Amino acid sequence: MSPAPETAPSESAHVVRVSNVTKVFRLGRMEVQALKGIDLRIRRGEYLSIMGPSGSGKSTLFNMIGGLDKPSSGKVFIDEVDIAQLDAYELAWLRCRKIGYIFQTFNIIPVMTALENVTLPMIFAGMDSEAAVQKGLRLLEQVGLGDRHSHKPSELSGGQQQRVAIARALANDPAIVLADEPTGNLDLTTGEEIIQLLKRLSAERRVTVISATHDFKMLNVSDRVVWIRDGRIDRVEDREQLSITIGRIGTRA
Amino acid sequence: MATPAWFSPSRNSRRIGRQIVLPFGKSVEIAYKSLRVRFFRSLITTLSLVLAVSFFSYTAVGNDIADGLLASGRPEYRQRLLRAGYDLEADGTRVARGAKQRWILMLSLLVCTVGILNAQLMAVTERFREIGTMKCLGALDRFVLRLFLLEAAMQGLAGATAGAGIGALFALAAGVLRFGPPALSCLPAGAAALSLLAAVGVGVGLSLLGVLYPAWVAARMQPVEAMRVEA
Repeated sequence: MSPAPETAPSESAHVVRVSNVTKVFRLGRMEVQALKGIDLRIRRGEYLSIMGPSGSGKSTLFNMIGGLDKPSSGKVFIDEVDIAQLDAYELAWLRCRKIGYIFQTFNIIPVMTALENVTLPMIFAGMDSEAAVQKGLRLLEQVGLGDRHSHKPSELSGGQQQRVAIARALANDPAIVLADEPTGNLDLTTGEEIIQLLKRLSAERRVTVISATHDFKMLNVSDRVVWIRDGRIDRVEDREQLSITIGRIGTRA
Repeated sequence: MATPAWFSPSRNSRRIGRQIVLPFGKSVEIAYKSLRVRFFRSLITTLSLVLAVSFFSYTAVGNDIADGLLASGRPEYRQRLLRAGYDLEADGTRVARGAKQRWILMLSLLVCTVGILNAQLMAVTERFREIGTMKCLGALDRFVLRLFLLEAAMQGLAGATAGAGIGALFALAAGVLRFGPPALSCLPAGAAALSLLAAVGVGVGLSLLGVLYPAWVAARMQPVEAMRVEA
């Protein structure tokens, strides 16, 4: 897997590097091996989907890439920094500035308006209010919610809430956007719109999008798909191979 | 292996710590909005505090009224106070704050604190996802702690002020009914104000005490909780 040397020399081509990672959960006396040795390199700016049935270790791997969980053995590097070495402050900083999170359940903070939700990460990052509001409005404009910035989450539809979440994830211009089943709670059409929006924004801003998903619609826009099965990488498919797979799924469905 | 620009090679955590900020004014704003949106919920949390503090204030102001009547030096008030069941201190210038009174007060305050603790723990559980999301956005433990403490302080201030006022009103009404208008005219204003202030102080203190453990639980929450789909 040799990356194209198109990035600036100061930054490495791989924004995430997962090296021989295992994860063991202890359930009472039982030990469950969720991940059994994963190696994965994720290129800067690519749109990567992690597919797999529930219980495959997909979520565990995903959380590890997002710095939400630490491996039992092996290492996860984000921008060539081993996240196991980071202390609480540095992890918070990583979550604030380097990673944008999108959730299946949207997770818009219910007491805040759309705009306040988008500006919160910028306030954490130390941006002054005025600039944060300007940038927040611009981001909401980009996700197609320019006129709804003062609405509370309860006044927005699921698709609109997910748009707010996308704007919020992009607030601090992160290197990575992690999307956990972003279409899982949306109907087909809305899910499609959200996928297209994510794809467009990732292309425009050259941000790496990593999503864990069951949704085959996601495959159409992915540069690569990683299939996880039983704690291991089953196969990694590039875009060209994908059309074949999708064809097969299409005929099977 | 090139070290990215964002990562300080000296690993100076304190510097990075200061790079993640939540200005105090913003914290107050978020805490206030959070209370306002969950108004009914906050009201119920505060209710036990209102009751306990009003009991405290009722007792304290009642004692002030009795002291005032005693200090007026008129023997008939002294007789009526004794008949009403007040005990006098040995020197006869103040009514005695009996051990029983103190115990009942302590117990009511204790019950109230446990009530607040219970309500706040539930509030934290309800807000697991919200707290997890904030942590995913980069919130530090102490931001979460501060938000919960601020909310509790606001609830405490509002509830204790209301409670102190209600208790004092009842005490005054009871005083006037028992002893007539002199209950008001003899009331030492300074002492009564001090009683009210003490009641508010105790109320805010208890509110903060009750939220300490729930806020700690919230602050220690892992950001991965935000990913949970159920509940």
